Amino acid sequence: MASYSTNEFRGGLKVLLDGDPCIMLENEFVKPGKGQAFNRVKLRNLMTNRVWERTFKSGESLEAADVIDQDMEYLYTDGEFWHFMLTDGSFEQYPADAKAVGDTVKWLKEQDVYTVTLYNGAPLTVTPPNFVELEVVDTDPGMKGDTAQGGSKPATLSTGAVVNVPLFITIGEVLKVDTRSGDYVSRVKSN
Amino acid sequence: MTEQSVWRPSASPAALRSRAQQLAFVRGFFAEREVLEVETPVLAQHGVTDVNLDGIAADISAAGRTGGWLQTSPEYHMKRLLAAGSGSIYQISKVFRNGERGRRHNPEFSMLEWYRLGYDDTELMAEVADLVCGWLGCARPAQVSYRDAMLAWAKVDPFEISDQDLRRCCEQWLEPDQIANLDRDGCLDLLMSFSVEPNLGRDAPEFIVGYPASQAALARVSQVDGHPVAHRFELYIDGLELCNGYWELVDASEQRRRFEADNWLRQQSGKPGMALDGAFLDAVEAGLPDCAGVALGLDRLLMLKLGVRDIAEVLAFPFERA
Repeated sequence: MASYSTNEFRGGLKVLLDGDPCIMLENEFVKPGKGQAFNRVKLRNLMTNRVWERTFKSGESLEAADVIDQDMEYLYTDGEFWHFMLTDGSFEQYPADAKAVGDTVKWLKEQDVYTVTLYNGAPLTVTPPNFVELEVVDTDPGMKGDTAQGGSKPATLSTGAVVNVPLFITIGEVLKVDTRSGDYVSRVKSN
Repeated sequence: MTEQSVWRPSASPAALRSRAQQLAFVRGFFAEREVLEVETPVLAQHGVTDVNLDGIAADISAAGRTGGWLQTSPEYHMKRLLAAGSGSIYQISKVFRNGERGRRHNPEFSMLEWYRLGYDDTELMAEVADLVCGWLGCARPAQVSYRDAMLAWAKVDPFEISDQDLRRCCEQWLEPDQIANLDRDGCLDLLMSFSVEPNLGRDAPEFIVGYPASQAALARVSQVDGHPVAHRFELYIDGLELCNGYWELVDASEQRRRFEADNWLRQQSGKPGMALDGAFLDAVEAGLPDCAGVALGLDRLLMLKLGVRDIAEVLAFPFERA
């Protein structure tokens, strides 16, 4: 496996530390003018999500982690695994467990495309796109004329996610939602 | 994620203007004091032997000569001018150091280096203070010894602590296997960088003086309180290392010994040895006049002037955009 030496360190690098895959968040280069250089590095452990701080001497290296992000279409769940398929035409499928899917489960819609992070060939995390479009399956009846005023109500989407929406939203409408904040963005016009 | 386009400068128009004003200020300062501005090669046959300075090899081929190095400082050439009778000189030049990139480092940076005939380190520190405080409008620096700074912030006496205890102090940052092959100066550098430096020059600028002889580089060494200390000084403002100065070593045989010691250290740490710069050694042999010299980072001086924390804010195009 390849390795990265300190002068290749940068944010976004995926490396192995104490046997766990980590992503480098920050790399601070420190050196007294005539002295030994060090790199103070912040890394997020991709297994535990914990942030580690480590110091390296100039010239030391870390093993690269076999971590890659792949676009995959969500197919279905069998209750234990959520199955994804590569969108590169290979039709290769990957089962992701509940730990890998995590909170993304509430944004999973069949045939939509997600970023699946593979570690040593197995799904480690599943990340939704920043915006998803989902149908409202349950919400209180809308009120006519309430388009401009504030006020909101909860609406349940087809994936089970509950978001706050304006009062005029009705069952059957398709909404654009920001998955990072869980906020309603807009209605999606149906053709 | 898409890469951000790099065509735009990372420094603001105000920072670019301030850089031009800084250059004018520096040139005015030395013109008034009748110090001669010189230019020496940025591209030369030899690099430096310093174990912690990595030059950038240049793949030149001209007039039957190949290879060469981008200079990490104009020191050797400027000392050749001094030996040839130039009198006091200064230079504003681009210098190059491989692998150095961070909020305070760019592999290519602007250095102001000057030499004053007949000055010792104390007199040169006064002139550094005139220049820096004249430009920044800051209080004049106090002097603190390397030993006192280490005692205050790292709780370590750099001259008395045993190697074993010193290594133990490094365990806060490094794993035991990382410390195993770190030498005494490496350990001290670690403490300097992480415990001491962030606290230096916080309230008012501070000169650190009296470095251990092992960190003398090209400075003279004398005995202070029974310990050999280097006539070397650095200026810190707000935790930022701004300059490095020496009462210059003029003893040719001692100079050669230090170069050879550097190369031995390089060999120990698996770095290639560097050919000694014969022309420079010949110049020292011919007679370097008594002088003090200092190198000051102009990009960092501008960072302090503008109160910014990242060198990219004062560089038109830092390395990633160059």
